[in-house]
Amino acid sequence: MTTAERVGRASGPSQPFRNLNRFFRRHPRAGLFSLLTPPVAWLLFVYLASLAMLVVAALYTLDPDSQKPTSDLTTANITDALGDINVWSLFGKTVLTAVSVTLICALVALPTCFFIAKIAPRWVRRGLLVSMLLPLWAGYMVKAYAWRAMVSPAGNRFAAAGRGGGGFLQSVLGWTPGYGRTAVVIALVYLWLPYMILPIYAGLDRLPTSLLDAAGDLGARPWRTFRSVILPLLLPSVAAGSIFTFSLTLGDYILPRLLVDGKERVMFGELINATLGGPNLPLAAAYTLFPLVMIVLYLLAMKRAGAFDNL
Amino acid sequence: MRTSWFSKTLLGLVTLGTLVFFYVPLFVVARLSFTEKKSVAWPAEGWTLQWWREAWQDDGPREALWRSVTVATWATVIALILGSLAAFALQRYTFFGRNAISFVLVLPIALPGIVTGIALQNTFTKEVDLGLFSFEVGLGFHSLVMAHATFCVVIAYNNVIARLRRSSPNLLEASADLGATGFQTFRHVTFPLVRSALLAGGILAFALSFDEIVVTTFTSGSGYLTLPQWIYANFARPQSPAVINVVATFVMVVSIPLAYLAQRLSDGGADSR
Repeated sequence: MTTAERVGRASGPSQPFRNLNRFFRRHPRAGLFSLLTPPVAWLLFVYLASLAMLVVAALYTLDPDSQKPTSDLTTANITDALGDINVWSLFGKTVLTAVSVTLICALVALPTCFFIAKIAPRWVRRGLLVSMLLPLWAGYMVKAYAWRAMVSPAGNRFAAAGRGGGGFLQSVLGWTPGYGRTAVVIALVYLWLPYMILPIYAGLDRLPTSLLDAAGDLGARPWRTFRSVILPLLLPSVAAGSIFTFSLTLGDYILPRLLVDGKERVMFGELINATLGGPNLPLAAAYTLFPLVMIVLYLLAMKRAGAFDNL
Repeated sequence: MRTSWFSKTLLGLVTLGTLVFFYVPLFVVARLSFTEKKSVAWPAEGWTLQWWREAWQDDGPREALWRSVTVATWATVIALILGSLAAFALQRYTFFGRNAISFVLVLPIALPGIVTGIALQNTFTKEVDLGLFSFEVGLGFHSLVMAHATFCVVIAYNNVIARLRRSSPNLLEASADLGATGFQTFRHVTFPLVRSALLAGGILAFALSFDEIVVTTFTSGSGYLTLPQWIYANFARPQSPAVINVVATFVMVVSIPLAYLAQRLSDGGADSR
């Protein structure tokens, strides 16, 4: 018996534990198996099975009398969805919105994070970063609602309960985008910007300042340093942030109800929601394939760009 | 690094602008919760606690708040268990399908909520026939907890695996060399290492669940409104802006300090490795 074993026995656990311990030492794979089974089973049976059933639901036929899906399989829903120019146009607009939100977030986050990580004095750095991330937790509905109040134009029923006077932007800046797509984009940037700031800051924090000095010593001007040194090294971080800004925007359908006045649909999620409430589950399921396929492709591309190690 | 004072000032101004952008809307809502007029027009007029009183006496927001807290608590517990199991497995072992699992873990949060929501709603309202017995989850408390736990798993997983990656494997070897069994090592070495990461992950998962509205809308059924749903259901009523301002301010006041705590906890481990 080794010393170690004796010590272990002196104050060690009871016999059943000891047996279990020996078992796991002899069969390392059993340890892996018991760790992995609960989370994988959950994801498999609750989540992936649901996604699979959603795809199958897109193949169901809607019974014209009862308005309920029947299990006669058809590809008509998918071909209908794919053949509808209006669907494509709305999806295109939604993707464009998601791209703009992502770009704006990156454009705001890059200089902000650069300032925090490389220029601000050390003692304010943490405070600055934390204050950039705290609004993340103020709540989605709270922030959506806040922007409804912010952009409210003068004379709007909501703004003033019939008594004139505009929201904060109208009164203070003298300008407001009013309710519409611009307001939706501003609010989306507001909602998702912290998700972009966090990985970019982490990336910049890891970036050795000596690299920037070296670029400067070799005669690179700031813009050149940014383009040739900082940006390539930060790309995985930007990609990681864009996963959130892009996909969260792509699926949003709540904001338009708060920030768009007209009946015109602004986001693709509104179409899915309205179709589901139709009720037409098969067609709604067919519509969900658009963002589903888009996001899976996007995630795979981002995984290649190294985004997953920077989440 | 040599940066001209001009670009320093410029970058500083951008940062200041970002901060203003972040905090002005929150400030506006907080101020409006004390205004005398029933409106969101700016500038706010006067000061009153009337809306806070009304919100406090209103059963709707209080019940919704309680539901949100219950669901978030259960979802967090499940997510912490599943997430840390997955983190331990993926950190300690290399095996076939490891990448696929890390991909699937991210999927529930990366896929648009409306896709996840409709998919889960479709499943929960279906009769599942397992041969021996069949069951239907139905929409309500249980389906909400399951749905929220599903997208919270990745938060717990990320926090725990990040801590495991940063902590030195030497500690585990040292513990084994000193004769500790696997369980002793877990109790005295591994668990204290990940404890604050678990707490931070738990707070973040709770906040995420508390805040979620899209998946919630699809999986809660009609009778079980959470707080974000209550806000959503009430914003269009002309009488309610004042009370919603109060509820929104209340959510901010409670959740922002919690987030700060989570931030401190997840950083804390970095120094004490």
